[in-house]
Amino acid sequence: MLNYIIRRVLYGLLILIGVNLLTFILFFAVNTPDDMARINIGGKRVSADAIAKWKTQRGYDKPLLFNEQAQGVEKLSKTLFVERSLPLFALQFGASDTGRDIGYELRQRALPSLALALPTFLLGVFVVVVVSLIMVFFRNTYVEFWSVAFAVFLLSVSGLFYIIAGQFLFSTVLKLVPASGFAGGLDMVVFLLLPVAIGIVSRMGGEALFYRTMFLEEIGKDYVRTARSKGLSESVVLFRHVLGNALLPILTSTVAVLPLLFMGALIMESFFGIPGLGSFTIDAINGQDFAVVRAMVFLGSALYILGLVLTDISYTLADPRVRLA
Amino acid sequence: MPKFVLLATDLALYFQMLVLVLYVRHALRTPLLRQSWRYVQRDGAAMSAAVVLVVFLLIALLDSVHFRPRLPPAPDAAPAAEIAYSTRTLSVLDVLLTGPREAREKTYSVPLATHQFSKESIQREGVTVRDFPRLQYGGRHLEQPQEQWGGDVLRRSVNGLGSGLLVVVLGAALLLLRQSQRSGQAFMPSALDLWQGRSALPWRAIGVTLTVLLLLVAWVAALWPYYHIMGTDQTGNDVLFVCLKSVRTAVVIGSLATIATIPLALLFGILAGYFKGWVDDGIQYAYTVLSSIPSVLLISAFVLMIQVFIDKNPQWFETGLERADIRLFLLATILGLTGWAQLARLLRAETLKLGELEYVQAARAFGVSHAGIMRRHLLPNVTHIIVIVAVLDFSGLVLYEAVLSYVGVGVDPNTQSFGTMINSARNEMSRDPVIWWTLSTAFAFMVALVLSMTLFASAVREAFDPRARAYRVRPAGASTLPSQEAA
Repeated sequence: MLNYIIRRVLYGLLILIGVNLLTFILFFAVNTPDDMARINIGGKRVSADAIAKWKTQRGYDKPLLFNEQAQGVEKLSKTLFVERSLPLFALQFGASDTGRDIGYELRQRALPSLALALPTFLLGVFVVVVVSLIMVFFRNTYVEFWSVAFAVFLLSVSGLFYIIAGQFLFSTVLKLVPASGFAGGLDMVVFLLLPVAIGIVSRMGGEALFYRTMFLEEIGKDYVRTARSKGLSESVVLFRHVLGNALLPILTSTVAVLPLLFMGALIMESFFGIPGLGSFTIDAINGQDFAVVRAMVFLGSALYILGLVLTDISYTLADPRVRLA
Repeated sequence: MPKFVLLATDLALYFQMLVLVLYVRHALRTPLLRQSWRYVQRDGAAMSAAVVLVVFLLIALLDSVHFRPRLPPAPDAAPAAEIAYSTRTLSVLDVLLTGPREAREKTYSVPLATHQFSKESIQREGVTVRDFPRLQYGGRHLEQPQEQWGGDVLRRSVNGLGSGLLVVVLGAALLLLRQSQRSGQAFMPSALDLWQGRSALPWRAIGVTLTVLLLLVAWVAALWPYYHIMGTDQTGNDVLFVCLKSVRTAVVIGSLATIATIPLALLFGILAGYFKGWVDDGIQYAYTVLSSIPSVLLISAFVLMIQVFIDKNPQWFETGLERADIRLFLLATILGLTGWAQLARLLRAETLKLGELEYVQAARAFGVSHAGIMRRHLLPNVTHIIVIVAVLDFSGLVLYEAVLSYVGVGVDPNTQSFGTMINSARNEMSRDPVIWWTLSTAFAFMVALVLSMTLFASAVREAFDPRARAYRVRPAGASTLPSQEAA
């Protein structure tokens, strides 16, 4: 077991190195430090001196992958790639192109992100499981037909519509909750109610349909027939036997998503003015702050890989039939 | 002759049409494929959706034939002088809708309005007053807008819907008459057969969809020359016209991005599944790296990159339209290049399964080359996965475009798209009185497009993946059951 985990983690590290190389090429090879300096200093005529000065200040004044002027190992280590990538693995994110400390920002913003993403996720799973179980309970009736039709409709509506329409209806017209903003402590509940609700509704269509097929698959199995032939009522079969057995794959598949919750919900946060990591990322993209975008890419991939490893482990814990070689 | 302009996305769309035609020809000649597609044909919802999709596709194609119109020769020009072309690139759709395209107001106006949405200082009998000015185009023909407006709109609507209904009834009668002659039955029984679904195609569902569409078109045709049916946007453009133009962007993104994933996914998926070993390891590593980067960030990185590239090389693009178009083209390509991992994974799994089957082993034993086995024995047997994934991905991509435009890495701000419309609607919804028509029109168009694609996709999936049929809803007493009608 321990052996397996170590191997998975090492493979994860290998993937992280690949991610780093890819993003490095994307950001630096095409958009050279000279271009970045020009964008950041602004103005049409930027002197070569100003560019050189900007690069030295930000530490962009080294060659990309190979330093010909250095000696020995330093030929490889005194390069932008190594200097910009290695600290990331130690979670040292450095300063953004505008000069702010990225690590500090991340610590400040992780909590609001989590405060939005975690309730949305947990309540969402609960609501969707209930809805899809009801669909399955009423299977082959018009209740199921219309709820599936409605779910397909929900699936076809862009998430942005839910946000704009929800904000308009509940904040502007009914004035039940504030339109946007955030506060610390218990006050945050008021600000989070609407985003959480919208987050659940916008995911519901697709996930309810998906869980429905999972339950339907489970319902065709032998143990369900046995339970029925024992004389158990349909609701007992459904809510005790089927739910219990189908919940296992559902829960293990959600483990993969858990670490990514830290990243926050990009669109939701920026619409509702929640100062989380999602809105941080969007601001960085809009402001072409490549240092921040690179840090977020790294963080996102690291969390994704963590999710993969956790999924593998949770499978073995949840289902004794799974043996890891 | 006008000067034709071939944009990158035009070419891509033509190419896709060619591929589609070739596929249809191939499917008609292959009994197994024909049978699968017949399953889709029998699905009422899918065929209605197909009708709507064809309309959207037609709009997109009409909007993809671009040209620069010829300018009238200057009055004192020599007869042999060079022909001058307009600097504006138009499409066939632009020409067909010249009226609404050129009817540009100053700013917002409510649907079917005769007056502007906001007040302005106007000169009236020598006195400057602040009032809602009349629109330049909307309701121009009315002398007394206050009294005449309601009656006029009602009369034109009734006229439009009436003539639409007339066309529907006449068309249906003609088709039914032909059908009864062909089948040798009397008129009523043959019509009843079609209505009750005793035919190869679900004519009732198709007929209802066509009727609704025709009525809608007739109503629009009756009112559009006189009013802005869905109002105007901030710069005074007709919202309905902008929506029709956005259809092309959505179709290009949805189809081009899907097509762009296929070659990479096919190549890597089959290679990984066939050769296994280190080839498999390498390819798996590549797609795990790609899929572990959050997709919005990966796409933003690519888009920021091409934006820099486009800004650095302005000399390559003659007009603003070409620049915007190349960005659309590259965006769709990027969506494809970053999205191949999922399809490749499915193809790899299928190839692994197929590789163990006897016929592949027999081919290997007979000394068929690796390339030959992959091309002749594996490729044809994984195409159903490609078809399923292609139709399923389309709607997701159309929705994704809106999100990307919101993040700021979507299409060029000058390209009309549902994303840019929704983006601007964000501020409009917080105004008082609220500007609801841009968002609702974009909403209606997007839902129509995505919903029809979703319905069509689910039928395609059931047709090609029999396991998916088990999840079909079968309400007791409902008679729309393709599998039974197949008998």
